[in-house]
Amino acid sequence: MTTTLSKTTLSHLDWLEAEAIHIMREVAGQCASPALLFSGGKDSICMLRIAEKAFRPGRFPFPLLHIDTGHNYPEVIAFRDKRAAELGERLIVRSVEDSMRRGTVVLKHAGESRNKHQSVTLLEAIEEFGFDCCIGGARRDEEKARAKERIMSFRDEFGQWDPKNQRPELWNLYNARSHKGENIRAFPISNWTEMDVWQYIERERLELPSIYFAHTRPVVLRQGAIVPVNVPLVGGEVTNLPKPGEDIVNLRVRFRTVGDVSCTAPVESDADTVDKIVLETATTTITERGATRLDDQTSEASMEQRKKEGYF
Amino acid sequence: MSAIEKLPVDNGLLRFLTCGSVDDGKSTLIGRLLYDTKAILADTLTAIERTSQKRGMEAVDLSLLTDGLQAEREQGITIDVAYRYFSTGTRKYIIADAPGHEQYTRNMVTAASTANLAIILVDARKGVLTQTRRHSYLAHLMNIPHLIVAVNKMDLVDYDQAAFEKIRADYLDFAGKLGIEDIRFIPMSALNGDTVVERGERLGWYKGPTLLDVLETAPTAHSEKIEKFRFPVQYVCRPQDSANPELHDYRGFMGRVESGEIAVGDEVTVLPSGLATRVKAVELYGRQLTHAVSEQSVTLLLADEIDVSRGDMIVKTSEAPQPTKQIEAMICWLSEAPLDRARKYLIRHTTRDSKAMVAGIEYRVDVNTMEWVPADRLAMNDIARVAFKLAQPIFPDAYAENRAAGAFIIVDESTNNTVGAGLIV
Repeated sequence: MTTTLSKTTLSHLDWLEAEAIHIMREVAGQCASPALLFSGGKDSICMLRIAEKAFRPGRFPFPLLHIDTGHNYPEVIAFRDKRAAELGERLIVRSVEDSMRRGTVVLKHAGESRNKHQSVTLLEAIEEFGFDCCIGGARRDEEKARAKERIMSFRDEFGQWDPKNQRPELWNLYNARSHKGENIRAFPISNWTEMDVWQYIERERLELPSIYFAHTRPVVLRQGAIVPVNVPLVGGEVTNLPKPGEDIVNLRVRFRTVGDVSCTAPVESDADTVDKIVLETATTTITERGATRLDDQTSEASMEQRKKEGYF
Repeated sequence: MSAIEKLPVDNGLLRFLTCGSVDDGKSTLIGRLLYDTKAILADTLTAIERTSQKRGMEAVDLSLLTDGLQAEREQGITIDVAYRYFSTGTRKYIIADAPGHEQYTRNMVTAASTANLAIILVDARKGVLTQTRRHSYLAHLMNIPHLIVAVNKMDLVDYDQAAFEKIRADYLDFAGKLGIEDIRFIPMSALNGDTVVERGERLGWYKGPTLLDVLETAPTAHSEKIEKFRFPVQYVCRPQDSANPELHDYRGFMGRVESGEIAVGDEVTVLPSGLATRVKAVELYGRQLTHAVSEQSVTLLLADEIDVSRGDMIVKTSEAPQPTKQIEAMICWLSEAPLDRARKYLIRHTTRDSKAMVAGIEYRVDVNTMEWVPADRLAMNDIARVAFKLAQPIFPDAYAENRAAGAFIIVDESTNNTVGAGLIV
C-alpha cells in the first residue's frame, strides 16, 4: 500500500453527486419496480441529471412519475413534458382531479389547496403500477421533519411514515427491502442544501422552467407573502383571483420553489441568470420554505403531519 | 464581506458528529456553529426568538435551533439522529447530531458510521464522566480518525485554565488505554461564543485554534492513506439499443469506488469468480476518465468478456481479499427484539447479501467500563463480539483497515428491519 499526503479527495459537489448516483443505483439494484418522481421543479431536474450520470448509456431503470394537482404553472408542465421527451424516458402523469372524480379526494371547499391531497393520488398510482420504491428530490435542509428522515425511508401499506420507528441507516449500506404493499421512498439528494442545488444547476448548465428567473407578474401582498394572482392554468382556467379590496401590483419576482399554484409564492428579485441566483442564495436572509411555502406556515409541524399521511 | 458571500475554493465536504447530552450544551454548540457561520436565516431566528421570549428567557436560546419533531417535543426527548448543514464558503459540513438518552449507543453508532470527525462535549464543571468514556469508546470502535474534546461551559468555571488542564490530563489518561491517537482539546463557551467560530476575549491564555479552525483544516477523507481498491458492483449496464450498434456489446459495471484508486489498464480480479482481466475504460456519463478515486461513482468496462453481476466485487489482482464464509465481528444490536440465536438473519456486506447464523457470542462489552462480560443473548444497544457462519462467501477487509469493506448490516427478513451493525475484526 502506498502512503501519500496528496490523496485526491472530491470537491463538495462531486461528493454529493457521487453519493446521489450511488443511492439511485442502489434503488435500481434492490427494488423490482421503482419510479422517479419528476415535477419539473429544480430539485427533480437535478435528479434527472443524476439519473443520466447513474445509468447512461442505458435507459433509466424506472419511469418518471408526476402527481399533477391540476393547479401547476403551465411553464413548469410544458417543461416537464419537453424534458421527458428529450430524455426519451417514459413519463406517467396521474392527477388529483382524477382522484376527485373517483371520490377519493374530497375538497373542503372548491378553493381548498390541492397540495396535501397529492398524497392520495400518489398512493393510488403506487398501487396501480405496483411501485415498490418512489425516488424523490426532498432535502433534509428544507424542513425539520425532513432532517430526521432516512435516505431510504420505509412506508407501510397506508403510505405512512413513522418517525419513531425508522430503520437504522448506517454507512452507505441502504436497506430498501419491503414486503408487497409496503414501499420505500428514496431521497438521493437528502444531503444537499438549496445552495448546492443552485451550484449544481450552474455547473451542469441545466435548463430550468422560466419562472425560476426574474420576471414581472401581477401579485398581491397577503399576510407578508407575495401571492401571484390571475394565474392562467394549462386548460385555460384562471386561478388565484385576488380577494375583494386587494391591490394588484406588478412586481419583478422569481420562484425559489415551485409547486401547486395555491401554495407557492415567489420572492422579489432581479436575478435573471443562474449565477445571479447563486449569489442571491448566498446572501438571502430567509429560508426557502419560510419565504415561499404558504402551506408550511399553517402549523409548526405541518410537514411532519403530511408525511405521516403519505406525503413526500 | 461575510464568509458565505465569497465562494472561492472548494475545500470539500466534512462529515462530523457531536456526542453529548443537552446538559453538556450540545444543542447550544450546534446552534452557535450554525448561527456564527450565518447558516441561520432571519425567519428561523425570529421563530426561536419568539419561543425564547415565551419561555421567559432574555437571550435567544440557540439550543432551540435543533428542536426536533412534534413527537419529540411532546415527550421532551430527542428520538433520533438529525442531520444539519452549514457551509463556510470554502467547505461544506454535515453534522450528525445524535441524542443522548438511553438509546444512545444505537444512535451514536449510526451517526458515527458516516462521520470522519467526532466532537465529544465535556462540561467544564463536571469533567470526564462515564458518558465521556462511553462516547470515546464508541468513537474509537467506529474508527473515527479525528476526535475533538470540547471542554464547554468554561464561563461557569471563570475561564479557569487549571480546570481545563485537569480535564485534559484525565482524558488523556484513559484515552491512552484505548489507543486513540488524534485528539485535540479546545476550551470554549458555546453560550457566549468563545473559541467556537470567533475567538472571543475571555480565553486569552488559550493559544490554540478555534473549533471552526480545526474543522476547516481537518482531512475530509476517512483515511489519508490510499487504501486497497474495492469496487462492489451495484448494477450492470447493458443498453441493448437496436438503433445504436456501437452499444451492442457494451457492458458497463456500475458502482462507487469504496476505497483506493483505479486507472485504465490496471489488472483486476472479479470476485467471487476469481477471473482476472484489465480495466478497459473508466467512464462517467460519456466522459472517458483516466482513473477514478475513492468515493467516486463511475462505470468500469473490462477488457475481457467476464460474467459480472450485482454483488460481485472488482479488486486489483495484486491486493485481492480472501473470500470467506466465516466472520468474526464486533456488532451493535439495534433492534428492540433481541438477537435470537436460533434464527437465520441476512447479512448485507457492500452490495452482497448472504444468509447468516450466529456461531457464537464471545463476549459483550460494558460500554461504561469497557469490560468484557459473558453473554448468551443480545438486547438493543448491546455491543458484542460475535462469530457468524454465512451461506455465501463475502470478500471482507478488517474494519480497522477499510471502513467500507469491513462493515455490514444485519437484516431480519420477517420484518425487513435493519437489526444490527457489524464491524469485521
